[in-house]
Amino acid sequence: MKLLTQPTKIAALILALLIFPFITNSLLGQGWLRIADFALLYIMLALGLNIVVGYAGLLDLGYIAFFAVGAYTYALLGSPQFGLHWPLWIVLPLGALLACGFGVLLGAPTLRLRGDYLAVVTLGFGEIIRIFMNNLNAPVNITNGPQGISMIDPLSIGEFSFGKTHDLLGLTFTPVHLHYYLFLGFTLLIIFVSLRLQDSRIGRAWMAIREDEVAASAMGINTRNVKLLAFAMGATFGGISGGLFAGFQGFVSPESFSLMESIMILCMVVLGGMGNISGVVLGGVLLVILPEAFRHGAGPLQQALFGKIVLDPESLRMLMFGLALILVMLWRPAGLWPSTQRRRELMPDESVAHQEQETVYDAAK
Amino acid sequence: MTQPNETLLTLSGVGKHFGGLAALSDVSLHIQRGEIYGLIGPNGAGKTTLFNIITGLYQLDQGTFNFDGNTYRHCKSHVLAKAGIARTFQNIRLFANMTALENIMVGCHVRTRSGVWGALLRHSAARKEEHEIARRAHELLCYVGIHRPAHILAKNLSYGEQRRLEIARALATNPKLLALDEPVAGMNATETESLKALLQTICASGITVLLIEHDVKLIMGLCDRIAVLDYGKKIAEGIPEEVRRNPAVIAAYLGGEVA
Repeated sequence: MKLLTQPTKIAALILALLIFPFITNSLLGQGWLRIADFALLYIMLALGLNIVVGYAGLLDLGYIAFFAVGAYTYALLGSPQFGLHWPLWIVLPLGALLACGFGVLLGAPTLRLRGDYLAVVTLGFGEIIRIFMNNLNAPVNITNGPQGISMIDPLSIGEFSFGKTHDLLGLTFTPVHLHYYLFLGFTLLIIFVSLRLQDSRIGRAWMAIREDEVAASAMGINTRNVKLLAFAMGATFGGISGGLFAGFQGFVSPESFSLMESIMILCMVVLGGMGNISGVVLGGVLLVILPEAFRHGAGPLQQALFGKIVLDPESLRMLMFGLALILVMLWRPAGLWPSTQRRRELMPDESVAHQEQETVYDAAK
Repeated sequence: MTQPNETLLTLSGVGKHFGGLAALSDVSLHIQRGEIYGLIGPNGAGKTTLFNIITGLYQLDQGTFNFDGNTYRHCKSHVLAKAGIARTFQNIRLFANMTALENIMVGCHVRTRSGVWGALLRHSAARKEEHEIARRAHELLCYVGIHRPAHILAKNLSYGEQRRLEIARALATNPKLLALDEPVAGMNATETESLKALLQTICASGITVLLIEHDVKLIMGLCDRIAVLDYGKKIAEGIPEEVRRNPAVIAAYLGGEVA
């Protein structure tokens, strides 16, 4: 029996997401809304990586590079660095397009590689991009090196700037609040794209490659093109997220694009549930919110328990993170919210279990 | 539609080396449209190597390979699949974690066109195509005789059903030539008999079948013509009766004076 139809559920969910900032603002304060903004950026990244890792089964450890490309594109074209102040509707698509180009650039030479080998090459690629950003300040200063680029233009559409507080209909919308809506819009768009791709001819081709590349090729799938498409799509999402990040933060530096970030995003995908959009979103939310909650909670808790800080919350955070990873991998190897398929992999169908029992019974007779 | 004596596939002087080992040397054969062509030989005779060349998994070192009027050299599997060669694998290679239906739907990939925009916008053409793919997949599932929920994972099917699903997946590519690598390996007599009937139905529908098999009885009863490989060379070719009586074939299988 279904009480709610699919469209009603979706409408209710979107409404809840729209009201969410007012609730956190009144209960927890602006700080948490800012964390929610970052969670949305990470969800976009995780959804992008999900296409590469979850659907096509290509292990990419340098995914943050595409985020960097998007962010630096926005930063260079919308800051005093070159005195350029291009509008959002040019810079953001351009960043996405460039990231897409880099995706193909990374994909093309790694087409023959699989598994560990691919992971190593992509890891190297991620580092190359970061080191480039770090060193492109001499002989010609492009990226301003390790100092990064600051005073980046806030995100704005026409006259409407997301960097200023606006009053609408008697409600006050702070920049953090406005960014939340903007990011939410983009996240929903990316979820929509992912959902549509998942149940399509292209999605099936990706999954076929993940399952067995030789068989996929024998079935007439042009594995080269389909893999490049996965890299390009994933990178595009990363580029969009990067551009939004630069505009939101107002500052980018190579530090934000370390290997640790790539691994973090991969963890969101794997912990949440590879190949399942809801799982990936959940992974993104948890891995952003929990460490923050921990950072705020661990200090006072220790004070209360021991009367002093025994362990630095920052290092404790990493410890807990590692522990959580191990526990999830032990108890829920397919992720917290696996796709129906993965769930079926781990828990055989009722009918199959029944049938197997019958076979055993037959054999015993 | 199919003319009985028209050649579909011609191999002439095909050779393949792995390092110093000549897996195939100077093999020539031709397969007629609409026939069931059997390829037999002792273990290590080069059957699967030949098979992999025909389906684009290996590239040939010498000779030419002509299919349906076109010559192929250094061709990838997917190009040959598009040209109309579909295959199954000796050790079943299904997309284990996809459903039975999805496996067949992947087979339809090569005959459909919908791309990223079709997937995103779901315009009427894309929806129609997707509907058609699903319809065809259901149809093929019945055709090969898998009477199970379509959404069962491929790896949860029984061994015999997995073999059949592989055939269904290959048929979904609308092949002109269906190449089967030991389709009845590991099956019991009843299963073999029903698979034989399926292959005859497939052949009757106008698809040419190439069969590698160890089960000599099946091959003799099913094939229109047979080629025998031994040590990478073709030692005999002809109708089953001729091959059965060929002294070189008897020598290869039972041992004997090496010519």
